[in-house]
Amino acid sequence: MNLETLLTELSNAAGISGREDRAAQIITDLFTQGEGVQWITDFSRDRLGNIILRKQGQGPHPPRLMLAAHLDEIGLIVSEIDQGFLRFSTVGGIDQRVLLGQEVIVHGRENLPGIIGAKPPHLQEPEEKNKAVKLQDLMIDLGLPEEKVRALVQIGDPVTFRRDCCALKNGLYTGKAMDDRAGVVAMVDCLRRLKDLHHQAEVAAVVTVQEELGVRGAFVSSYGLNPDLGIALDVTHGEMPGLTEYEAFKLGKGPVIVTGPQVHPQIFKTLKEAAEAANIKYQVEAEVTPRGTDAYALQIARAGVATGLVSIPLRYMHTAVETVSLKDLTETSRLLAEFIMRIDRAFVEGLKCY
Amino acid sequence: MLLKELSELNGVSSREEAVRSYLRGRIQDKVESIYTDHLGNLLAVQGSKKPGPKIMLSAHMDEVGLMVVGIDSSGLLKIKPLGGIDERVLLAKRVVIGEQRIPGVIGAKPIHLQEKEEREKPVKLSALFVDIGARDQKEAEEMVQIGDVAAFDVKAEEFGDRLFKGKALDNRVGCAILLHLLEKEYAFPLYYAFTVQEEVGLRGATVAAYGINPDLALVFEGTSAGDLPTAKKHQQSTRLGRGPAITFMDRTVIVNQALLDRLVETANEAQIPFQWREATTGGTEAGAINLTRTGIIAGTLSVPCRYIHSPVSVLSLDDFENTVKLADAFLKSIERKGLPA
Repeated sequence: MNLETLLTELSNAAGISGREDRAAQIITDLFTQGEGVQWITDFSRDRLGNIILRKQGQGPHPPRLMLAAHLDEIGLIVSEIDQGFLRFSTVGGIDQRVLLGQEVIVHGRENLPGIIGAKPPHLQEPEEKNKAVKLQDLMIDLGLPEEKVRALVQIGDPVTFRRDCCALKNGLYTGKAMDDRAGVVAMVDCLRRLKDLHHQAEVAAVVTVQEELGVRGAFVSSYGLNPDLGIALDVTHGEMPGLTEYEAFKLGKGPVIVTGPQVHPQIFKTLKEAAEAANIKYQVEAEVTPRGTDAYALQIARAGVATGLVSIPLRYMHTAVETVSLKDLTETSRLLAEFIMRIDRAFVEGLKCY
Repeated sequence: MLLKELSELNGVSSREEAVRSYLRGRIQDKVESIYTDHLGNLLAVQGSKKPGPKIMLSAHMDEVGLMVVGIDSSGLLKIKPLGGIDERVLLAKRVVIGEQRIPGVIGAKPIHLQEKEEREKPVKLSALFVDIGARDQKEAEEMVQIGDVAAFDVKAEEFGDRLFKGKALDNRVGCAILLHLLEKEYAFPLYYAFTVQEEVGLRGATVAAYGINPDLALVFEGTSAGDLPTAKKHQQSTRLGRGPAITFMDRTVIVNQALLDRLVETANEAQIPFQWREATTGGTEAGAINLTRTGIIAGTLSVPCRYIHSPVSVLSLDDFENTVKLADAFLKSIERKGLPA
């Protein structure tokens, strides 16, 4: 498996929250027909569409570890057809300002290329330029007459950014859905590493759905699996002008190990120890809210799950130019594997001892 | 496909080399002579010895884009627009920089770390930058120099129903029209001007027209179409699919009435659809040519394009073909009836 290829294919695949099927197919193919078959012992999907990839543990009483990385991406959904043009709502948090002049794909009966057009400066009133466009003033142009649009598109059809993944310098990759396909790739790569390792814990790697709408996939999958402990794998903000040092992290400097209300102190500590022992560079983020990642749902599943959160730095989150470092993905996968090797029954028993 | 090839070439104002060399390659065997001037206009001549009026056909090669004006300590590129770009269209777009076409992205602050009021204001140009993935200033400087230009990274292709989308249709569509006309024969001397620096003030056409000194000039353009449900009728100016747009007046010129009459008469006789360009804002090279030497009669025929001066614009292939037809019929009318008077 080539990580770069998998990241590219996943980033390019369509899968807004609740409509993850095309991206899910790539993972399904890898683990039911491809190389991934050898890395797991069980493949399943649940009713919401979460993909559950399980690998048995080695010991007599293997603790169960759940990993979660979400498959869904932010996007748009068609809400109205107006004279052949499409009006839409956002799915997940999108700054409407990044939509202007953007190319999209409308996933109707066919994949239809579309444009969120920008009014040329020549036809603007002078004061328009000083105001951000409003969502209700944006429309998708399919270049088709109204009757064709009505035949091909219906209300509720998903819309994704049209933006192929592309390599920048220094192993950076930019695409439309690195949040959180980058986490999915790191998780898949961790399963590959585990193939040759003897670990005590049973690993249930869950490719979750509907994270961007309120970590919904993680709620039901963590209930279903009832794990002893869990790690969510997501992305965090990469440094850029306008963000302070403590709220944004460096690309290429390794995974970000998160501490905060959603994170069990022992897991935080063990993640750091695993990184240090394996010479994995890492960064630490203090997050004051438990919200925003699958860790939020994992922690409060059933009677509670000891949870950790590892994030990959990503620049320009929730835009069509989300950018990550491939090296951070491989180091994240390495950290996870190192962490998993440290988990045994005794460790899990200790997690309730405050 | 000609339009696709032209659209995907990068030729931001004053850096038109890729477009110029492409055009030179396509036409050098088909014209009597071909030359360039001090500004970089590409000029081609057919039938210079023929009797009859000297006609200039003009289309600008340049497109709006960005210039790298600085590199900061973290290796991000500071940019300014070349030509009229609404800064609001720049967020979260991909560009390629310089002749090496180095990919970069125009980053945008994540919604999670914004205050709500921030989203109601456009991001100022001073806060925009291009990220090429460089580690620091030194590494960025090895790949990009101050003064390099960036163009939008957009594929051109047929779109929807007989439409075409891509970047720089203003004014590669004009270049494409000239290439089609160049295949035909006319009974008078024709001067083809593929001009530079239109988007920064009609600069190429100004000197080209002086040099050629024609009896009449026709300019070919991609002009703004605002035919969307969100635009008020008076903001629409032109509409896709209704034929070439004829300019009667804009910010730079009020077109000679005899020329307008001849264009309309020609369109009606040949049953070619046309529309008036309703807006009188904006300008074209006809304005610069009109004021050349002691004055030259000049007019503009345009192909309506949605979303010009943004990363992706859209035109109608029927409008494009009808513009070629109307131009051809107009030139033939000069053979039969002489110059409009």
